[in-house]
Amino acid sequence: MKAFLGFIKKEFLHIFRDRRTLLILFGMPLVQLLLFGYAVRNELNKADIAILDHSRDEITREITDKLLSSGYFQLTAWLKSESEIEVVFQRGIARNVIVFESEFGRKLIRDGSANINIVTDASDPNMAQMLEGYTVNIIRDYQQEWQERNRQVQQSAGGSAGGGASISGIVPEVRMLFNPELRSANLFVPGLIAFILMLVSAFLTSITIAREKEQGTMEVLLASPLNPIQIIIGKVLPYLALSVINVFTILIVALVVFDVPFRGSVLLFSMLSLLFIMAALALGLRISSVVKDQQTAMMISLAGLLLPTILLSGFIFPISNMPAVLQYISHIVPAKWFLIIIRGIMLKGVGLEFLWQETLILFGMVVILMATSIKSFKIRLE
Amino acid sequence: MTVTVKNLTKNYGEIKALKGVSFDVASGELFGLIGPDGAGKTTLFRILTSLLLQDDGEAKVHGFDVVADYREIRKIIGYMPGRFSLYQDLTVEENLNFFATIFNTTVEENYQLIRDIYHQIAPFKTRRAGDLSGGMKQKLALSCALIHKPEILILDEPTTGVDAVSRREFWDMLARLRASGLTILVSTPYMDEASRCDRVALMDRGKILSINTPAGISDEFSRPLYAVKADRRYQLLKTLRSYPYTRSVFTFGELAHYTDSRDDFDPEMLRSHLEQEGLRDVRVELINPGVEDTLISLMTTESESIVDGNKFGKSGE
Repeated sequence: MKAFLGFIKKEFLHIFRDRRTLLILFGMPLVQLLLFGYAVRNELNKADIAILDHSRDEITREITDKLLSSGYFQLTAWLKSESEIEVVFQRGIARNVIVFESEFGRKLIRDGSANINIVTDASDPNMAQMLEGYTVNIIRDYQQEWQERNRQVQQSAGGSAGGGASISGIVPEVRMLFNPELRSANLFVPGLIAFILMLVSAFLTSITIAREKEQGTMEVLLASPLNPIQIIIGKVLPYLALSVINVFTILIVALVVFDVPFRGSVLLFSMLSLLFIMAALALGLRISSVVKDQQTAMMISLAGLLLPTILLSGFIFPISNMPAVLQYISHIVPAKWFLIIIRGIMLKGVGLEFLWQETLILFGMVVILMATSIKSFKIRLE
Repeated sequence: MTVTVKNLTKNYGEIKALKGVSFDVASGELFGLIGPDGAGKTTLFRILTSLLLQDDGEAKVHGFDVVADYREIRKIIGYMPGRFSLYQDLTVEENLNFFATIFNTTVEENYQLIRDIYHQIAPFKTRRAGDLSGGMKQKLALSCALIHKPEILILDEPTTGVDAVSRREFWDMLARLRASGLTILVSTPYMDEASRCDRVALMDRGKILSINTPAGISDEFSRPLYAVKADRRYQLLKTLRSYPYTRSVFTFGELAHYTDSRDDFDPEMLRSHLEQEGLRDVRVELINPGVEDTLISLMTTESESIVDGNKFGKSGE
């Protein structure tokens, strides 16, 4: 036990002596948070839209007013025909065109359904998706108001979109539903937590073990009475502790500075974060068991862990938008499941009864990864 | 016997690092492994320290098998790998404390073992190990390998890359440790260090060529050995190599060490031949062979080629 504590003390000395490690540990999370919080905005702010109203009745005017008074859109052109849509996009006058069919109001009252086409400029797919989402949301809002106002049964505004969405009955748009203010901070903070944990736990662990190999100190450690489990745990424990500190720092900054809600259980959040940290640590160990130097460890962690955590987890790009192949690949990215879990806890406030499947998958990953990485840790040199 | 090695073999793919190595080391002995780079010294030590698995053969340290009882072995050996392998970002003191704790002991407990060595680096104990000079690094590494009071000390080329004065000091330290009863296995590419050992094994290309006391090894050299000198060293070597009666020739500092293939050889014949070839100030003297001569001669017989002793001779200073 004394030997083990001595080992952990040594690890902390390494961490606090190395400026680069310190920077990654404490500087990077903060920079990331502020970068995502202030610079990388996913919110709409006065996006340019054009309207093509074939009907020009009271209802289309009300919907138009509602869209424009939301603050997310500003009207840049009234169109007269469909042929103008392409021109408007090409010249960059608008990124989103709302098309009301003729006799829109009358059809809505008479048949209970009418069509709105939401055409978006999909050259920027993320933007297009966002515009579509915002528009659909506002129209649905209007629809509810309108129904309440009229108290007339079975009246709904429906639509099928040329390049966009359909509004009919209930549109299940979970992201919008639980992010009613449509704030991007609510979305990126869970993703950022996953990213930071992967960075600190997997990236730094793989590097620190690779460093012992590179410097030749692993040879001395192996020739000592320390057993491999002690070396492994001694290596990961300091990073686990620092990861936990990091999670709570990010969380507090997110709650205080960016007003991100935290609706669920902190205990559940902590437990499941720990589970994810263990998955990340096991990945780091697995990498370090196959590489011989820090450089390779760094490259493999970057390409193999950090990029998928950013790109394939749903952190920035919605998984549902990806091609089928990438969607399958995303299943093996631990961060994907962890993101579902913490978004559920933080934003929806749900408990384990809704998250048990994701938790189970993550747990399975931890078991497999831990087992293989401990097994692959060599008690001898190669 | 503290160390017994029987017929060890180890291959790295196509490369045969050890081709059936056997030897014994008695308790309290200072045993040297001498050989050029690539002889297999490091591989042998890594097997003895349980860091590598042999392909065939058997090795025991202190009665423990290096494969089956590797945990026991790791408790009783003090190992100093060839590369400087301490934590560069930790101070001298922190390194020493760390190696004491991982062997479940303290620096205070075994301080008397390292006092001689450590007091020389103690003034720098708050300095980071990475900032020490080569000689001081070596002393610190030795202190770290000794701090847990090992039964046997295994040192892989401890003096490589260390200045001449530090090397001499280092061997003085080893002599004192040996006097205290510690068994020591040490490898070195410097043949002039062989004389500091109780016994040496000459190793080359995965084989032990000879095991003997330093004096015994010199005696093994069967042919009369001559030191030859002339005004132009390169020309001298060239001439000797083309001389039909040459058995072996290799450079030895300023000199060429030469053996002749004839039984009735007269040095005067060689001298006149060299002068005919245009060399001046030629001197041919009968000398006593050293360990280097034996090793080179043994290696020459092995490979049937005339080698340049300086390539692996590394006679240091």
